Amino acid sequence: MGLNKTDMSVNIAGVALKNPVITASGTFSAKDSGRFYDISRLGAVTAKGVSAEPWEGNEAPRIAESYGGMINSIGLQNPGAAKFIEEDLPLMRAFGLPVIANIVGKTVAEYCRVVEMLNDADVSMLEVNISCPNVKEGGIGFGTDAKMAAELTREIRRIAKKPIILKLTPNVTDVAAIAKAVEAEGADCISLINTLLAMRIDAGAKKPVLANVFGGLSGPAVKPVALRMVYQVRRAVSLPVIGMGGIMSGEDAAEFLMAGADAVAVGTAALVSPTAPVEVLEGLEKFMEEQGFCSIEELKESFKEA
Amino acid sequence: MQQDLRVLTGIVKYNNEIAAQVYEMTIAAEGMGNFIPGQFINVYLDDKSMLLPRPISISDGSNGGITLIYKIVGKGTAQLSECRVGAPIRVSSPLGNGYSIKEACSGSSVALVAGGMGAPPMVGLAKALKERGACLDVFLGFQTGAYLADRFETVARDLYIATDDGSTGFHGNVVELLEKNDRVYDEYFSCGPRAMLKALCGYAANVGRNVQVSIEERMGCGYGACVGCSCRIMESGKTTRKSVCKDGPVFAGKDVVWD
Repeated sequence: MGLNKTDMSVNIAGVALKNPVITASGTFSAKDSGRFYDISRLGAVTAKGVSAEPWEGNEAPRIAESYGGMINSIGLQNPGAAKFIEEDLPLMRAFGLPVIANIVGKTVAEYCRVVEMLNDADVSMLEVNISCPNVKEGGIGFGTDAKMAAELTREIRRIAKKPIILKLTPNVTDVAAIAKAVEAEGADCISLINTLLAMRIDAGAKKPVLANVFGGLSGPAVKPVALRMVYQVRRAVSLPVIGMGGIMSGEDAAEFLMAGADAVAVGTAALVSPTAPVEVLEGLEKFMEEQGFCSIEELKESFKEA
Repeated sequence: MQQDLRVLTGIVKYNNEIAAQVYEMTIAAEGMGNFIPGQFINVYLDDKSMLLPRPISISDGSNGGITLIYKIVGKGTAQLSECRVGAPIRVSSPLGNGYSIKEACSGSSVALVAGGMGAPPMVGLAKALKERGACLDVFLGFQTGAYLADRFETVARDLYIATDDGSTGFHGNVVELLEKNDRVYDEYFSCGPRAMLKALCGYAANVGRNVQVSIEERMGCGYGACVGCSCRIMESGKTTRKSVCKDGPVFAGKDVVWD
C-alpha cells in the first residue's frame, strides 16, 4: 500500500533504505518471520546477535511477562559467526534488503574477531551490541562506561570494512555522554535503546521468575524512556540514529522520527504479533498521508521544540 | 519465501468447564489449515498486562474448527475461560512440529502416555493413529480425579488411569502403571510434566523402544523468532540448544537432555 507520492526512503550512514522500518535484533528470524509476511517490504533487517564462537545462552525460563512488556534473559544464544554466515545470511540476503549484522563479544578481542569474520561477508552494516544486560562482563560493561565504549569503538572502527552502528544501553546515568564518546572514536551510527535491566518475582513460588534472576525489559512500557533517550542523543551527536524501544504502531514510529531518529526498529511488537513490522510501516505510511507529509525528512522537520 | 502462517480472528463456538478448572474451547477459524497432532496455536489476548501469546496445544479439530482443552493456571487462562460464545478471538495457524506418526503402521501397537494437561493433545493423536490402523492403548495420569477418559473410548483398545491420590484407577503415577502393566509396545507417544517424561524415557530405554515426548517451556513469540523457549537436545553426539516452539515441542525422548 505504498503511496507513490510519499517518499519513505532514508539514508543511514551511506546505506539507502526504501523506508525507515527495520527489524530489531533478536526478534527476527529470516526463516520463521518470513512465514507470516513479506519481509521485502521493510527498509532493512537486523540479525540476532552473533559472537565469534557459538554461545549457549542462559538457563530457562528466559521469558517473563510484565505490564505492557516482557523481560528476557536469553543471554545471546547464537550459533556463532561462521554458521551465521553460512546458514542465516543467505536467507536474509534473499529479501533484497540491506542486512545489518549484530555483533557481540565478552572482550575487545572477541568483538574484533567477529568483525573480521564478517568483513568479507555480504552484510551492509555492523551493529555493535554494547548493551546486553544478560551477559556478565560482556556488552553492557562496554556500554555503561564511556571510556570502555570509546576504546571498543576505536578498535572496531580500525578494522571494520562496513559502517558500524553502536547500540546503546538505557541503563546509564547520561546516555548522551556515551553517544558522544563513540561518535568521537568513529562510530557511523547510533541505535538505541536496548532493554532496561529488570526482574520479576513469582509471589506464589516466592522466587524470581527468570532463571537468570535479571533480564531486559522491552515492549510498549519502555517507549517513553526510549523516546527521551533518542531525543537526548539526537541533540548530543550529529550521527544518524536508529530509534527503538516499544514501537507498536505507525504513530509510535512517527514519535521516534520526530524525536530525532533517522530510522526505527520494531522488536518486541513482532513477538506480540508476528506481522508487526509491516503493520508499523503501513501505519506510518497512513499517518504521513493523513498529515500530508511527502517525505520522512518533512515529518522530522515538522517537530516543534516546546 | 512462502507465507504459510497467519494470525487470524476466529469465533468462539464453545467454552465450557469439563472438569475442575479445566475448559474445553472450540474455535471456528477459516483459513487456519490442517494441524498435526502435537502442534499448538498461539492465543492472543486483548490485555496490556498480557502481551505475549498463550501457546496452547491443539486437542482436536476438523472443518475449519479447532478444539483446545486448557486448565486455568494463571491470569491468561482465567481470561480465556471467560470468553463468551460468539466472541472473536485472535489465534495463529498451528505451530511447532507435532508427533511423527509415519512409523506407526497398520497393526503396530502403540501406547499414548499422558500426565495431567498432557492429555489433551492425545485426543487428536489417538484419532490419527487409529486412522492409520495402529492398535493403541492409552495411559492417563492425574493428581486426582480423571477427565477426558471418555474421548478415548472409541479409539483406544484399552484405557488405563492412574491418580496420585488413588481416587481413580491405579494409585500411583502413570509410569509406574505402565511398568506394572508389563506390556511392551512398538512405540510410545507422550506429553506431560517434565519429571514424568524423564521417567518415561528411562522406561522406554529399558524396554528398548522409541518414545516421542512433547515438552513444555515458557515461550515468548511461539514461532522461532525470540529463542526464549530453549531446551537441550543431543544431536550427532553433541548437546545443542533447540527452540521448543519451532524445533519441538515434540522431540525423540532419547535425544532430550533432562538435567
